[in-house]
Amino acid sequence: MAAAIETEGLTKDFAVGFWRPRPYRALDQLTLTVEAGEVFGFLGPNGAGKSTTLKLLMQLLYPTAGAARILGRPAGDADVRQRVGFLAENPYYYDYLTAEELLSYFARLFGYRGTEVATRVTRVLDEVGVGQERRMRLRRFSKGMIQRVGLAQALLNDPDVVFLDEPMSGLDPLGRRQVRDLILALRARGCTVFFSSHILSDAEALCGRVGVLVQGRLVACGPLSEILAFELKGWELVVAGVSEALRPDLAQLAARTTQLSDGHVMLHLAPHAEPDRLVGELTRRGAHIVSLNPVRDTLEDYFVQVVGSAAARDQRSVGA
Amino acid sequence: MRTIAIVAGASFKESVRDRVPYTMVVFAVLMMAASYLISELTAGQDLKIIKDLGLAAISIFGLVIAVFIGIGLVSKEVERKSVFGLLTKPVTRAQFILGKYLGLVTTLAVNLSVMTVAYYAVLFYMDATATPAMRASWAAPALDPRQLVAIVLVMGELALVTAVALLFSTFSTPLLSAMLTLGLWVAGHFNGDLRQFEQVVEQPAVAWLARSLYYLLPNLAPFNVRAEVVYGVPVSVSHVGFTLLYAAVYIAALLVAAVAIFRRRDFK
Repeated sequence: MAAAIETEGLTKDFAVGFWRPRPYRALDQLTLTVEAGEVFGFLGPNGAGKSTTLKLLMQLLYPTAGAARILGRPAGDADVRQRVGFLAENPYYYDYLTAEELLSYFARLFGYRGTEVATRVTRVLDEVGVGQERRMRLRRFSKGMIQRVGLAQALLNDPDVVFLDEPMSGLDPLGRRQVRDLILALRARGCTVFFSSHILSDAEALCGRVGVLVQGRLVACGPLSEILAFELKGWELVVAGVSEALRPDLAQLAARTTQLSDGHVMLHLAPHAEPDRLVGELTRRGAHIVSLNPVRDTLEDYFVQVVGSAAARDQRSVGA
Repeated sequence: MRTIAIVAGASFKESVRDRVPYTMVVFAVLMMAASYLISELTAGQDLKIIKDLGLAAISIFGLVIAVFIGIGLVSKEVERKSVFGLLTKPVTRAQFILGKYLGLVTTLAVNLSVMTVAYYAVLFYMDATATPAMRASWAAPALDPRQLVAIVLVMGELALVTAVALLFSTFSTPLLSAMLTLGLWVAGHFNGDLRQFEQVVEQPAVAWLARSLYYLLPNLAPFNVRAEVVYGVPVSVSHVGFTLLYAAVYIAALLVAAVAIFRRRDFK
C-alpha cells in the first residue's frame, strides 16, 4: 500500500529581524513516512516545529527546500485537498456564522449539494458533541466548543488522511475522551491520522508510531513498542490488612514502602524481585493483595530523555 | 466558478451580519433626514441642500463601509487565522480572493441600495409637500431619476476602492491597509492635478514622476458627478460608460496583482 504521507528533506526557514532579516530554521531536513491507516503522533516541546510541519503539509507555508507528498500526490494538490481533513491549532472561524452555516459552507466547497450537505453537517456535529449550540453564532462559542467545530469540519468529507494540530487543546476531560474515541474510530475505518501534541498520555494511548521533533529536527521516530523497549524498571505491589506483626518485616521484603492514605501500603520492588513468592507470603500472613503492577518506562520518561540530550548536544555544538 | 460563488455567498452573509455597516447605513439615513431639517432654515436652496448632503452621505458612508469590510477581507482573515480553515479545502487562493471580493461588492451594493431608498424617500416627502412656486425654483425635479447615475458611479468608485483595499490587505495589517486605502482614495480625487502639475514644472524627472503617478494612481474624479445631477446638468452616456469601463479594467488589474501576491504568501 502506498504511504499516506511522505516528506523528503522538508526544510523551512523564516526571515527574522526587520532591518537586516536573517534566516531562522524552523524545520530542518524532515524525512518521514507515515503508512496508510496509521495513527502517527508528532511530538515535541513548544516551538519545536510541529505546527510548521503541518502547515507545510497543508501548503499554508511553502518549503525552503525538500518536498512533501500526501496520498502519492504533491501536498497542496486539488485532489489531495478533497481527501484530507485539517484542524489548525487554536482554530478560529467566522464570528457571524453559526456552526451549521460554517459547516454547510465548507461542505459545499467539497462539492456536496442538496440534502447531502445537511446530512453530513448533522452527522459530524453529532460526532463531536455539538448539540443545540449548532444554531448559535460562533462568536458566542467557548474555546472548547470552537475546537469541536474545528474537529467537525476536519471530518466533513470522510477524509482518508486527517491532520490534527493539538486536537485536545482547550477541551475538558469529557471532550478529550471524545476526541480520543473519535481518533480510534477513524483508525478503525482505515483513516490515517497525523496529530501533533505535547500531551504524551494521548499519544501513548492512541499512536502506533511517534516522531519526536526538537528544534526543527526529527530526533526519534518509530513504533512506541520499540522506542520504549518496555524495559522492566520494577514492581508496585499494593496490599491491605497489614497486621502490626507484619509491618516491621515489610521494609525487608521490599526495596521501599509507601503508606497510602486509605490504610493500604505500597511496596516498591526491584525488577529482579519475585512478586509471586512475595504475594504468597503476604497472603499467608493475613494481608490482602489489592494490585500488582509492573513499572516500565513511560513515553514521558523517553521524551524528557530525548529532548534533554538533544538540547545538551546543541549546547555543546554552540560551545565548540 | 461555483467555488467562487460559494465563497462570495458566505462572505456576503458574514459581512451583512456585521453591525458596523448597518451603523454606517443608519448614520447615512439620519444625515439625510437631518438635511431636510437644515433645508428648512435656508430659503430657496432647500432641495439643493438635501440632494448635496444626501449624495455626499451615500458616498462617504459607502466609502467607510468599503474600507472597513474591504480590509477585513484578507488581512483580518490572515491575522485571526480563519483563512486556515478555508485554504485547506478544495479552494485555490485565486478563488478565495475573487470570492471574497464579489461577496463584499454585493454587500456594498445592498448597503448602497438601502441608502438610495432612504434618499429618495426624503426627496419624495419634499416633492409631496412642495408648492408650485417652490417647484418652479428647482434646478431639477426632486425625484429626477438621473440622480441614480451619480449613485451608480459612486458604486463603481467604491468597487474600485474595495479592490484597492483588497490588494493592500493581501500583504499588510488591517490598520495599515485602511490607512493606505484612504490615502489612495484622497490621492485619486486629486489625480487630475498631477497632469496640470506635469505641465508647469520644468525639471523633466519631476514631470516624468508626475506623469507616472497620474497613470498609476486611480483617477477617481470622473466618478463624482454629484454637482451635475444636483443642478440638472446632463451627464453623457459615454462619460458613464467610459468611467465604468475604466473601473472594470483597473479592478481587474488590482485583482490580478492581489492574486499574484496572495499565491506566494506564507501563513505562519
